Amino acid sequence: MAAQALRRKTLANLSAHSSSLFSKSSFSLQRLISTLVLGEHEGGSIKVQSLSAVAAAKSLGEDNSISMLLAGSGPSVQEAARYAASCHPSISQVIVVDSDTFMYPLAEPWAKLVHLIQQKGGYSHIMATSSSFGKNILPRAAALLDVSPITDVIEISGPQLFVRPIYAGNALCTVRYTGAEPCMLTIRSTSFPVPLTSANSKSDVAPISQVDLSTFGEDKVCKSKYVNHTSQDSERPDLSNARIVVTGGRALKSAENFKMIEKLAEKLGAAVGATRAAVDAGFVPNELQVGQTGKIVAPELYMAFGVSGAIQHLAGMRDSKVIVAVNKDADAPIFQVADYGLVGDLFEVIPELLEKLPEKK
Amino acid sequence: MKIMVAIKRVVDYAVKIRVKSDKSGVETSNVKMSMNPFCEIGLEEALRIKESGLASEVIAVSMGPSQCVDTLRTGLAMGADRAIHVESSATLYPLSVAKLLKALVDVEKPGLLILGKQAIDDDCNQTGQMVAGLLNWPQGTFASKVVLDKEKEVATVEREVDGGLETLCLDIPAVITLMGEDVSLRFYTSLKQSTDLRLNQPRYATLPNIMKAKSKVIKKFTPQELNVDIKSDLEVVQVTEPPKRKAGVIVSSVDDLIDKLKNEAHVI
Repeated sequence: MAAQALRRKTLANLSAHSSSLFSKSSFSLQRLISTLVLGEHEGGSIKVQSLSAVAAAKSLGEDNSISMLLAGSGPSVQEAARYAASCHPSISQVIVVDSDTFMYPLAEPWAKLVHLIQQKGGYSHIMATSSSFGKNILPRAAALLDVSPITDVIEISGPQLFVRPIYAGNALCTVRYTGAEPCMLTIRSTSFPVPLTSANSKSDVAPISQVDLSTFGEDKVCKSKYVNHTSQDSERPDLSNARIVVTGGRALKSAENFKMIEKLAEKLGAAVGATRAAVDAGFVPNELQVGQTGKIVAPELYMAFGVSGAIQHLAGMRDSKVIVAVNKDADAPIFQVADYGLVGDLFEVIPELLEKLPEKK
Repeated sequence: MKIMVAIKRVVDYAVKIRVKSDKSGVETSNVKMSMNPFCEIGLEEALRIKESGLASEVIAVSMGPSQCVDTLRTGLAMGADRAIHVESSATLYPLSVAKLLKALVDVEKPGLLILGKQAIDDDCNQTGQMVAGLLNWPQGTFASKVVLDKEKEVATVEREVDGGLETLCLDIPAVITLMGEDVSLRFYTSLKQSTDLRLNQPRYATLPNIMKAKSKVIKKFTPQELNVDIKSDLEVVQVTEPPKRKAGVIVSSVDDLIDKLKNEAHVI
């Protein structure tokens, strides 16, 4: 079984090389697929969004050897590599880069790294999640490899056939990639959920290989320096994958009032979201923004308070299973997407909800 | 130092788009077109940097069919010093746009190349990153704040990332792509205080500036003149509407809402 897999991988490498020699993929029927997933790690484990990319890679085709590339500096990346090696049965190899250059995920060294790994590995596909990491890095890497990437994919219909949203999700575009390998894409993690079942304890642990960066040429990488970052440590669930999201709009009128949203979120065990308007007005920090230019979420329950429902906001939450809207204005566009709408004053509704909602389990 | 700003002509953000019945695309004929809102913010930022004395010239560039000239004239009316139009009727995917931009950068040699973070039509969010890769310049994407230090030849960029705000220090020349405020806020200017705008409020072109813009130069190039081969490795198979949500109901009270969420939707 392992020998067969190895032979397939070797064939994949050979065919990938020959396709780059002839600068056009030349097989018609069964194209051998091998995918490189650019993984994000934190605190010694792999971010759930990167596992969505693995789930998406799986859907490219049956015989697909999936390798995860991790880069960082020191023990945490090594720990993440060990985690990656056994966290998902579809990951057949983990490639680790351990160097100070990768202490922070900067686009410039990462794109160069992907270029290097692709030259060595000849993958048919390179994938990342459409997170700020993936969005920042993958297109730059694609330019170095002279291919057009397909970003924010929500559906994979074939190894070269993808569906992605355009016009803030008001239209869906099916795109066929007709170029040479690698086919590069970023995927929306909300469209490729990771099943909660833990990996079979008897599943193979994937081999981990360390990359030799001696040929990297540090001086040739252009200069971009990480200075700092601000973030809000919170006990609340992560907005990107929370089961329930409670969002406030500008109608909350102040950062102080936004605490009501937070209290409600607390009661429901939910994440807090906000519209761009609320962020720009200074009520909440930017990482809470849900929308076309913020986070895309698809929770079981999305509750929007004082949100008008502008196209740009809807783009970020229209795939939620159940949408609840509370707004004083009965004509607010949000009511056109809400499953349950309540026309009322949020300053009265929220306290009533706080009083009457059952305690979260 | 010159600043080059890439601007794109797109369907106006307020237009409710329609998908063509033959599924070949979105209806764009007889539809209002405007400068992409993020590109407007990019141009505004470039103009402010010039007005603060840190840049000598702002050049607006756009690629596409002849109507791009309208968008460039708007950019000139806002205050750009000159404009460049790369004329092409072919579909230009981000990789081609990036290659064209690189060719223009090689000609003009700006210290900063500014783009909007994404175009609101294709929502790709790729071009800035790609041209930065082709130029081997550092990139500051999704920037909400840019501070230039000409002496040290660096740009300090505050970026919006998933976890919050990240600050990077980039050597110049660099590529920066900009975030912006919710465009619908334009209508609520009375509620905004100019001191805490997230990035900027693009200026409206005044009539005198619109008149002045008529005599500003728009230089034309073709992709062939720039030695760029427009590669086509993507093919649009179809464009469709997203699945429609089932119509919802208006509930009459909080009690009713809680009941529905619990017993009908089973989400709490």
